[in-house]
Amino acid sequence: MAVRRIDQDHTRFRQIVRSKIKQNLRKFVSSGELIGKQGDKVVSIPMPQIQLPRFRYGENQNGGVGQGEGEPGQPAPGQDGDGQGQAGEEPGKHALEVEVPLEDLAKILGEELELPSIEPRGNKQIRTDAGRYTGIRRSGPQSLRHWKRTFREALKRQIASGTYDPANPRVVPIREDMRFRSLQTRQSPQASAAVIYMMDVSGSMGREQKEVVRIEAFWIDAWLRHQYKNLEVSYIVHDAAAHVVDQHTFFHLRESGGTKISSAYELCLQLMRDKYPASEWNVYPFHFSDGDNWSSRDTEHCVQLLRDSVLPACNQFCYGQVKSAYGSGQFKKDLDEAFRGDEKVVTSDIQDRDGILPSIKSFLGKGR
Amino acid sequence: MASCRRSSPSSARVGENVANLTPELALLRDETRDLAKRYGLDFYEVIFELVDHDELNMVASYGGFPTRYPHWRFGMEYEQLSKSYAWGLSKIYELVVNNDPCYAYLMRSNAITEQKLVMAHVYGHCDFFKNNAWFGQTSRKMMDVLANHGARVRRYMDRHGVEQVEDFLDVVTSLDNLIDPYSPFVVRDEGKPRDPDASREVRKIAAKDYMDRFINPPEFLERQKRQLQQDEQQSRRFPARPARDVLKFLLDHAPVELWQQDILAMVREEAYYFAPQGMTKIMNEGWAVYWHSKLMTQHLVEASEVVHYCDTHSGTLATRPGQINPYKLGVELFRDIEHRWDTGKFGDRYQACDDPEIRRRWNEPTRLGRKRIFDVRRIYNDVTFVDEFVTPEFAEDQKMFVYGRNPQTGQLEVVDRDYTKVKSQLLDALTNFGNPIIRVVDGNHHNRGELYLVHDWNGADLQFDQAQLTLAGLQKLWGRPVHLETREGGKGRLLSFDGKEATTKEITATTGAAALAFGKGKAPDA
Repeated sequence: MAVRRIDQDHTRFRQIVRSKIKQNLRKFVSSGELIGKQGDKVVSIPMPQIQLPRFRYGENQNGGVGQGEGEPGQPAPGQDGDGQGQAGEEPGKHALEVEVPLEDLAKILGEELELPSIEPRGNKQIRTDAGRYTGIRRSGPQSLRHWKRTFREALKRQIASGTYDPANPRVVPIREDMRFRSLQTRQSPQASAAVIYMMDVSGSMGREQKEVVRIEAFWIDAWLRHQYKNLEVSYIVHDAAAHVVDQHTFFHLRESGGTKISSAYELCLQLMRDKYPASEWNVYPFHFSDGDNWSSRDTEHCVQLLRDSVLPACNQFCYGQVKSAYGSGQFKKDLDEAFRGDEKVVTSDIQDRDGILPSIKSFLGKGR
Repeated sequence: MASCRRSSPSSARVGENVANLTPELALLRDETRDLAKRYGLDFYEVIFELVDHDELNMVASYGGFPTRYPHWRFGMEYEQLSKSYAWGLSKIYELVVNNDPCYAYLMRSNAITEQKLVMAHVYGHCDFFKNNAWFGQTSRKMMDVLANHGARVRRYMDRHGVEQVEDFLDVVTSLDNLIDPYSPFVVRDEGKPRDPDASREVRKIAAKDYMDRFINPPEFLERQKRQLQQDEQQSRRFPARPARDVLKFLLDHAPVELWQQDILAMVREEAYYFAPQGMTKIMNEGWAVYWHSKLMTQHLVEASEVVHYCDTHSGTLATRPGQINPYKLGVELFRDIEHRWDTGKFGDRYQACDDPEIRRRWNEPTRLGRKRIFDVRRIYNDVTFVDEFVTPEFAEDQKMFVYGRNPQTGQLEVVDRDYTKVKSQLLDALTNFGNPIIRVVDGNHHNRGELYLVHDWNGADLQFDQAQLTLAGLQKLWGRPVHLETREGGKGRLLSFDGKEATTKEITATTGAAALAFGKGKAPDA
């Protein structure tokens, strides 16, 4: 079928959406509004600004006319229940929402932050097999024609157009009915990556700090998923002791207590040994904390763990320090000091939501 | 058939299969058409095309014209239609284009009962297009006109760049509701051009001396003088009278390039083509429902299809409580009219009767109902239709009410069931098909070439953020600062955009209002 006109307009529309997202990436990132709307592979983005403006009335300002039961003074029937309170003020009640594949978002993020592509390690690179003749297509050389399919198509066409006569079942294929075998290529196992998020959930990490971590993790996920076909994510929370938890718990758990970072690193190491051996996995441990640790002895232990065991088995170790009212921020200084000049350790300071993008850039900007 | 195809490349583009009804559907079409004709419906030839849902969504995104100029908003429309179809939220049943011949689309996946219903419905629309007076000035070759527009816009895109043309289209499209939908039917007094030689003296009618006192009495002279002064004043204005057709004003006076002017003219032409459909939504749908219901229930529905038909039909007529469904309101009005004129419920005697009980039971076998509804479909539009035929009895039977927002609770509440209020609210919503009326009052504001618009405020406020953005677009077009005078909750506001900065000022709404009043006195709106 020829290229349809609507496809051009549709593509153009998608382009405009894309450029709008690009322009407003910072806003989208720091507001965090994308995350709540995440589907499986697509994200629904509210975009009222894309519609053409017009001189028009606000909605339902003076009410309107309806049909149905109800006495004066009673609520008008048929409200969706969301019509309470402030609704009349918002012009964007029917705001246009556009669905954007996560993949595209990752690309936009990559373009905006100028992130380099990651070079996977391990020997399980993408390999394309020669493939087998298992597919069917409409054109091809005569030597590959598929007689059975061709005649089936011809029969379908004749029945549909009413020229098939059961008494005289002659089926004559025409050009459009022809079917040919085609080569299906298969892709072999590809590079896979594991992300291990660790977060300090001690009393000093408040809701806002966790939200920052949540947003950052979302975008890191999006980017790594874009780079690796197969991505596994694990979550570890720690205060004085560490636990492996699911995603929901990770972002919503509220605990108090002391902070012993080494507990998390030990658990992380255990995960890496059990599930993600370096020979097959690209491992990315991320640790978020407000920078307070129990004691300097524990910090020393952490450094040792990292240097001896974690770093050799992972692509890159990232530490993000979220600013909180209580954290001293000492841990980052200690790490920086211990690993000065080591490219495998990246640390960054996240002051607030606006700091998320620069932090992502410093984590993923190395292409490791 | 061949000539149709040639005159309308669009139909060939919809799918490879043109006029591709199955033999069964073709038979049904002929049956439906003959039935419709027998009832007195009168239409141009209707060409049905069988399309799948994707093609239908595509055609619908272009407003029924697959050959329209390229613009991303059609792509946006398409995405939304496709999504909502995929999610099962909505499905387009019928799409019919006011053209000669009429084009109508049937969705391939519809059951045969639905196809019958759609065909009958379409013949109703086509009769309405051809006979309703408000469509009298629309081009019946719009398929070709729009294909032509498409070709021209594409050429401009090739020559001046896609983005430039697109930006301009964005601006113009966002202004395309600023037209004067009545102007095709009346000659607007645009004011005479200034005649430098015109005498400033009051001219007397020639008369003998002794008759002069009677032929040129002082009142007459006074009136002449005032007229002269007014003409004088007006001729200094630009435009001479407030221009409701803002697009035309821009077309005539905005400093744009030729290709831009051409695009402006195209968009304006399309706006005028679509305007009657906005003006007669209730009537048009009501008429189509009336006829599909009549043809289906009296003739076309087989016994086995009754349930399916009822399901589909009631889906069309369902009123979400608290909203007006034009299909429902329209068909109920037509049926009410037919009933009233069948039973003599009209005329002075009936109107003069104020006993509700007698009015209810009124029954004189006048049998004029059918004739009356055919007349009504010819000369009314939604505003006059509702104004004349929504009676107290009708409003009560239909359980109509006015709702509003309770400022305390923020909830929408039933405010009133009084029929005059219902009607006036309904008429407000239908006036200018729900768009604000905005006029150009001054094209040389402050004698600095600035553009001054006045919104004819009637109780509802504009969306200010939208208005500011629209002004910004208008400013690009006009080149000089632009102003819009409106009100917010009754208080005067002046929105301005000077090319860099958008401002909102409080003003006392007098200047513009005075200008408007003066404009209205001279050229009343229909």
